[in-house]
Amino acid sequence: MLEYLPLVILISLAAGLAVLVVILGHSFGPHRPTAKKGLPYESGMTPYGPGTRRMSVRYYLVAVLFILFDIEVVFFLPWAVMFRKLGVFGLVEMLIFIGILLVGYVYAWKKGALEWE
Amino acid sequence: MILDQVIFLITAVVVLTAAILVVSVPKMIHAALWLILALAGIAVLFVLLQAPFFAVVQVIVYIGAIAVLVIFAVMLTRKAMQDDGPQLNRYSVLAAAVSLMLFAVLTGMLLSWDGANNLPVNPAVNPDTIVNLGESLTNPQGFLLPFEVASILLLAALVGAIYIGREHRAGKEEE
Repeated sequence: MLEYLPLVILISLAAGLAVLVVILGHSFGPHRPTAKKGLPYESGMTPYGPGTRRMSVRYYLVAVLFILFDIEVVFFLPWAVMFRKLGVFGLVEMLIFIGILLVGYVYAWKKGALEWE
Repeated sequence: MILDQVIFLITAVVVLTAAILVVSVPKMIHAALWLILALAGIAVLFVLLQAPFFAVVQVIVYIGAIAVLVIFAVMLTRKAMQDDGPQLNRYSVLAAAVSLMLFAVLTGMLLSWDGANNLPVNPAVNPDTIVNLGESLTNPQGFLLPFEVASILLLAALVGAIYIGREHRAGKEEE
């Protein structure tokens, strides 16, 4: 378990710093609210419309594509640590795996799923 | 080791609380956020089970990608964004009874299993778990076929997602 100690320290430092900065800002910063300051932050422009409006399905499509290729990469790592030992056989195995997913990639490309329009 | 047990108990409480909140908070977007906490707790459980690779995959794939997907799914559903009605309907008692029965059956089965009462404390495995995983994933006697079939599963998910996403847009153009 001791090998995870750096990870615990890192997470505690990150969380602690975030909490500390908010507390410091709240306790020492001047607090003079106006209607304009109370607006939700929208990249510097005045927000319009309801905050709970529906998002485009295109975001969902991008997220699904991201997950699929994310999982593909996850499978690469255990294969990569064995690569030298497996030789050509391992290469062929991975080429089949990538080949099947390449069909999906070409499909996504041809259908224009990678374009935002 | 006592430290492991303390960490496990804290994690179990956090995961169970978060999981119950996922199905009981009125707003879907809050449920999605509680789901992230539950998934993070599962990552800690993977660490306790000495599976660091799966802990990292849990964080990258589940918290990093699937949680984002769930939040997008909530945000593109108008009803889900504004609905904050009761979470129980008239079948809730029946559903609770069926769930309790299922829980009892599963618990009974687990308790009758030898491994439930005398778990190996520290199984003598190669500490390099990722090498073990790589070996079994690429071994034709091991999990090579499931590994290749996984790519077909991913392909099906990809085609399905593009089909649904594209159909939506095609319908819009016709209007």
